[in-house]
Amino acid sequence: MIIRRDFVNKLLEDRKDNLRVISGIGTSTWDLMSTGDEKNNFGFIGAMGQALPFALGLSIAQPDKKIVLITGDGDTLMSLGSLATIANHPVSNLTVIVLDNESYVETGSQPTATAGKTNLELIAKGSGIENTYTIFERTDDYKVLKTIYEEDGPSLVVVKCKAESTPLIFPHSFDGVTAINRFKDTM
Amino acid sequence: MEKFSKDWRNDIYDVFKNIGISLVSHIPDAGHTPLIDLCEKDNNIDVVTLTTEEEGVGLSCGAWAGGKKSALLMQSSGVGNCINALALPNICRIPFLTIVSMRGEWGEFIPWQVPMGLGTPKVLEAMDVKIFRVDYKDEVGETVNAAANFAFNTRKSAAVLLSQKMIGAKQFKNG
Repeated sequence: MIIRRDFVNKLLEDRKDNLRVISGIGTSTWDLMSTGDEKNNFGFIGAMGQALPFALGLSIAQPDKKIVLITGDGDTLMSLGSLATIANHPVSNLTVIVLDNESYVETGSQPTATAGKTNLELIAKGSGIENTYTIFERTDDYKVLKTIYEEDGPSLVVVKCKAESTPLIFPHSFDGVTAINRFKDTM
Repeated sequence: MEKFSKDWRNDIYDVFKNIGISLVSHIPDAGHTPLIDLCEKDNNIDVVTLTTEEEGVGLSCGAWAGGKKSALLMQSSGVGNCINALALPNICRIPFLTIVSMRGEWGEFIPWQVPMGLGTPKVLEAMDVKIFRVDYKDEVGETVNAAANFAFNTRKSAAVLLSQKMIGAKQFKNG
């Protein structure tokens, strides 16, 4: 079983300068912030469902950067339509990583649709995102790195991970203006 | 921006070009169709068809973070879909520009258009979006220009409401 925080830290351990990482609301942002106070990251703390279209807009505007969105199954389920938008306005530099723990851990671990019959990889595929797969074990970490840096996107990787609450690691500022200005300055 | 032509959709397009908008997203509305066509013919404007209007808010914000100016085109009914998404440009002070074609306010045929048509200004005001209403064709260009400057110069959200009186109410015929 994949421990999401360990996975995210390993994924971003030797990150390249051309990488920009967005995280979706909730635990994904605490996961991203646990990798360090990094100007090349921007974490959502609200506006649930907006991280996917934000990542698409950024990918269109910055075609020479590698854009990674790290988000959860809950956030992704709220913006399934964006998978179709991404597929039909393809951006080769975008990788979406869904940390799928099948639950809304932040609010008391209520099950999401992926705990039931819903499969996000199949939805992504059906939406038209061709490069999509699911990993269940850390032995597949290297595949995800290859997808981010070497393969043509858009790509979507479902990372099946353990549902557990983890310590909250806050960003350097909760102020949106401070956060976006710092991130924008890296472009 | 001194002179504006007679076709108000062309006027909007000219403003887009003047201020450097290079990404336009939309859920199509008949009122916007000629403008969407103009943007699609322009190799320097990326046009993204959305699945729901709220996507256009996040898309615009991400594009701005990457150095690209954009605009969201939608019908008034789509404004309701955007409410929570508007928290993003609000809290991050990201310039956000939308051009809304109004329904449900002047000679409307379809009653289902009325609730969101009436709700549109209230919803936008509730989310701190500055409204620029335009009722006359010869004021479209200057109004969109003013709204765009407001958005991009002051890093706030701006919505141009194109009144149904100006666009012309669509009449439907059964059979």
